[in-house]
Amino acid sequence: MRHLAGVAVIAAAAITLSACATSTPEASDVDASIATSADDFGGMDALIAAAQAEGQLNVIALPDNWANYGEIKALFEEKYGITVNSADPDISSAEEIAAADNLKGQDTAPDVFDLGTAVTLDSLDYFAPYQVANWDEIPAENKEETGLYVNDYTGSMSIGYDSNSVPKPTSLDDLLGSDYKGAVALNGDPTQAGAAFAALGLATVQEGGTLDDFTPGIEFFQKLKQAGNFLPVDATGATIASGETKVVFDWSYNNLAAAATVDGWEVTTLPGAVYTSFYNQAINKDAPNPAAARLWQEFLYSAEAQNLFIVGGAYPVTIQSLQDSGTVDTAALDTLGELKGELVTPTAEQAEANAAILAEKWAAAIG
Amino acid sequence: MTVAQAPALTSGDAGATPRRHPLSGPAQVRPARRGVGKFLGLTPFALYVILFLAIPTILAVTTGFFTEDGAFTFDNVMGIFAPTVLATFGNSFLVSAVTAVVGAVVGALVCYALLGTKAEGALRATIDSISSVLAQFGGVMLAFAFIATIGTQGLVTRILAEVFGVDLFASGPWLYQVPGLLVVYLYFQVPLMVITFMPALEGLKITWAEANATLGGTPFTYWTRIAIPVLAPSFIGSLLLLFANAFSSYATAAALVSQGSPIVPLQIRGALISETVLGRENMAGALALGMIVVMVVVMWGYSVLQSRTSRWQK
Repeated sequence: MRHLAGVAVIAAAAITLSACATSTPEASDVDASIATSADDFGGMDALIAAAQAEGQLNVIALPDNWANYGEIKALFEEKYGITVNSADPDISSAEEIAAADNLKGQDTAPDVFDLGTAVTLDSLDYFAPYQVANWDEIPAENKEETGLYVNDYTGSMSIGYDSNSVPKPTSLDDLLGSDYKGAVALNGDPTQAGAAFAALGLATVQEGGTLDDFTPGIEFFQKLKQAGNFLPVDATGATIASGETKVVFDWSYNNLAAAATVDGWEVTTLPGAVYTSFYNQAINKDAPNPAAARLWQEFLYSAEAQNLFIVGGAYPVTIQSLQDSGTVDTAALDTLGELKGELVTPTAEQAEANAAILAEKWAAAIG
Repeated sequence: MTVAQAPALTSGDAGATPRRHPLSGPAQVRPARRGVGKFLGLTPFALYVILFLAIPTILAVTTGFFTEDGAFTFDNVMGIFAPTVLATFGNSFLVSAVTAVVGAVVGALVCYALLGTKAEGALRATIDSISSVLAQFGGVMLAFAFIATIGTQGLVTRILAEVFGVDLFASGPWLYQVPGLLVVYLYFQVPLMVITFMPALEGLKITWAEANATLGGTPFTYWTRIAIPVLAPSFIGSLLLLFANAFSSYATAAALVSQGSPIVPLQIRGALISETVLGRENMAGALALGMIVVMVVVMWGYSVLQSRTSRWQK
């Protein structure tokens, strides 16, 4: 591996040298690490040239089967001829920031982040502001005004289930029945993982509570545990495929990804409030490949990549604009269905308050 | 501290380096090497310990005394006394104590049974080497092995359910909780006991039994007056080693238990990587300090007992 890496570095250096030697003067004049738009490079073509001169993009915590990131990364590589180095696909948002700290100054540091909201708001010092070309297509409430971070996609908290062995749940209380013995799992521990945290939020609003206090959700899972139905296994594609986790609370795009590969896996959302939460895109201010990081943003918010999120079961942030301009992948959107109903998302304050409540009560509730 | 380090503590007492007791006869006093040379041989190991044990430990623990912004605080250390955190220390203690006691007793019985085999025989050699391997067989592999055999969809679970109608998980998914840790940890605790306690049992001299018989003793007096007093420090030392081994295990539990972080190493993970409960990174340092305090007490006990044991192992 070390030899391969060495070759890659030499190759990258060679590309950089040849790029400097030939004909991209506009690219070499620009300090990509402080560019806040493609215009700072002298236009999109110059940005592409600068990114190609870097030749690499380091992404982190982007699993191939998460919101279709596998296809998105592959298309980026194909379109621009830039190698995407995908590190640690399964780590948490907090570990992404830790990686930026630990690898600072090294050429393996992450260039871009894909983060949950709590970590995003806690880590503003790590980001470089950038506004993509179609900045205006992103609703104002979905972006930090300077472009420090921008919402990229969302899903709704859904329930996936193995239709070959359990009936379709139509309410939370169904899950307390004997059909679901030792079957119901979360994607992680809610005191650690955003998806599991959201599952507690969904249970809370479904139980008639508000996002101010997740206690009703915690109490539901306590009942689930007492009924012997709660399975303390971290749900992954593997546990779903093996049949270990028969009912999984997870983001719709993750459950839909499982449905595409696992026979009998179906996805449902309960009637009533729909819990959603955007993930956020941000550029590492110490990105080793600053131009490629910026090109990745331009690419992610282009209609092409935004439609790939829809194919992967996620709702991209520019979906309204895609629909208005008729560039939306209608076939994919028809399959996915519109995000409708009463949409709820916790504010930063609510998320923080509930984190404290979970830290205090979760272990006792399911222990 | 990981599982892998524990046996390093045992290599010194396996009888490889006979230490002379003052009463055991005229010892040949080796001329002491003088000056710097005396320490030169120790340097690589000392450097290794400083770089990979001492410095990381000190750095980790000191973070426990600071806030995220670098101000000195006792909040993190006081955080250990929060009920949820204390409960995890309780769980850690319980898991370590139960697996240590059961592991020590079962392991000692295995050793006793092995005494009946030929010392240079194939059986004892085989069990010895299997134990050496299994004592190290922890972590993700071990968790997976158990999930694949007696997990909810494991091979044995399915066979029991379909052929015999026995539901292993009738009382709930225990394998993925603290009771599961007890079962899984025993898988490496028993072999560890075998490799640490066997040298002590082998150190029982046949001449002692003969002396006991000559002086009119019975097998009962042999055990109560000679063997058990001789073996006790070694047994308790091994027991403490097993305790420490379980107490510091992380990877096995991390792969098996994903909800509630019921033991301290999992709490440390949670404090470091949580994406929902933020700002507790320095709490990890305080938790580590709590673990170190427990480990230091246990290791001190171990070394005291070990120095008493070694005099019989010649």
